[in-house]
Amino acid sequence: MDAVERGSSAKNARDGGETMLAAEPNGCGTLIRRGKATCGAHGDQGDLPPAIWDKVKKHPCYSVEAHHHYARMHVAVAPACNMQCNYCNRKYDCANESRPGVTSEKLTPEQAAKKVLAVASRIPQMTVLGIAGPGDPLANPEKTFRTFELVAKAAPDIKLCLSTNGLALPDHVDTIARLNIEHVTITINMIDPEIGAQIYPWIFYNHKRYSGIEAAKTLTRRQLQGLEMLSARGILCKVNSVMIPDINEQHLVEVNKAVKSRGAFLHNIMPLIAAPKHGTVFGLKGQRTPRNSELKALQDACEGEMNMMRHCRQCRADAVGLLGEDRSAEFTKEKIVTMNINCDPEMRKAYQAGIEEERRARSMPRQEQVGEHAGGTSDIKVLIAVATKGAGLINEHFGHAKEFQVYEVSRSGAKFVGHRRVDHYCQGGYGAQDDLAAIIRSINDCHAVFVARIGGRPMSELNKAGIEPVDQYAHEFIENSGIAWFSAYLEKVQSGQIQHVDRGDGAIRQDPMISVA
Amino acid sequence: MPFKIISSQCTGCSACETECPNVAIFEKGGTFVINPKKCTECIGHFEEPQCVAVCPVDKTCVIDTSLARYQPPA
Repeated sequence: MDAVERGSSAKNARDGGETMLAAEPNGCGTLIRRGKATCGAHGDQGDLPPAIWDKVKKHPCYSVEAHHHYARMHVAVAPACNMQCNYCNRKYDCANESRPGVTSEKLTPEQAAKKVLAVASRIPQMTVLGIAGPGDPLANPEKTFRTFELVAKAAPDIKLCLSTNGLALPDHVDTIARLNIEHVTITINMIDPEIGAQIYPWIFYNHKRYSGIEAAKTLTRRQLQGLEMLSARGILCKVNSVMIPDINEQHLVEVNKAVKSRGAFLHNIMPLIAAPKHGTVFGLKGQRTPRNSELKALQDACEGEMNMMRHCRQCRADAVGLLGEDRSAEFTKEKIVTMNINCDPEMRKAYQAGIEEERRARSMPRQEQVGEHAGGTSDIKVLIAVATKGAGLINEHFGHAKEFQVYEVSRSGAKFVGHRRVDHYCQGGYGAQDDLAAIIRSINDCHAVFVARIGGRPMSELNKAGIEPVDQYAHEFIENSGIAWFSAYLEKVQSGQIQHVDRGDGAIRQDPMISVA
Repeated sequence: MPFKIISSQCTGCSACETECPNVAIFEKGGTFVINPKKCTECIGHFEEPQCVAVCPVDKTCVIDTSLARYQPPA
């Protein structure tokens, strides 16, 4: 179905009134291309049964569109782990599933449940509670399931989600189903034990420590078995894979096929985080980390029938808020004790109904504009970086951006392809030269950066680096603006006013994100 | 000789606490300690000491050489 037809069916759905939610025409926020939509759980009815769309439409990790609007939180109730990964140093937190160097505050299930209610009463767009560690949730089954039981009782509208290495998963699938945990993420980095032996030094299984190929054999068998069992019960499964250059880089295409055939809903390939200061095996031995172009090429290669997640922020085991922001510092154990908690599900329901209304309202013009745009002939594709606080708008000042979202724009539309984390550049209206240089390195593969506002110096530095600062679309929708800018860009190229040149690569930051409250 | 945990190395992850067949391990000030009176080195329970096998930090659960070796009942 092409873009024009999509727009037309969306209009019919809107006219149909009640069918609108299931038929949300453009939930992906980025799907504007021919064929298979690209992001997490997009909202196109042609691709997604209503029952599944209902499960993912408010889950920021399972839907790239939802992640602009809805928040999640993790509670760190599961400190123990049953295996060792070479990208993880347990003296801190897991380097990939939670950011390194920032230790989590361990919580009891009772403290965790209170924290969930405190957050829900203050962040009404919080829809998902996940347990992701800092160890493995299923290596701490009592604490994990007790937490879910307490939250389900106190706030039944909050979706439950867990993320596991899969080793213990087959033993707990029945409990997961019974507790109505609708989303499970399994980290699967290999299906070939020879490769696994290079990633996992050991596992603890059936009261014994196994190492090498034997360990990896057991792990992959248990992971795939767990995935099949979840799929059979209709529980949505996301697979996370850490991309480790020269170890599993090419192999992840095979992993993608294996998990797809076993019913995984979404595949999230994340870049390895490894630096010597993290103290991980990979960090200490100087294991290379992927470049942005390599990550994107692998994600593109795996994208077919399977949804690829590209908006993962590799967040901490105690993260709170929208993806890309971290409000965990507002909800420490000490602060929660003094909070007045008024956890009213009706308040959340009303707030979220407002969000859904906004999502519906903005989906129509976007489609029409893409339809008009689709007539060109150029095959030029460029990346643009966007400073945004969420809601799909260009609404952040360049100097205040903690990250930039990256879209690929071409004549078939604008597609979200990732994000780049950057430190606060603007400190009291006055930025440091090094920080600005680091930001430019991180978006060096982009032709333009879209901002709500930008100062004179960064504007001139960006221009020097060949990245066009664009502030004329301040507070407008990202996709529409990207397409409008790209149309003008193409015209200039076609008229010979400018020459299109390919950009270099962008750097992936290896530093921990320090929460700036 | 029962096992002991070198507290400066302990991450406080609690993995050993739940694996110990003797309920000999408990939390103290954020890290874990082994009650030497209860530790049986897992003899008669498992092939290898569970705290050693599950601990994420090498050489953190070690034999306490200052104490007499555990004697299994005859």
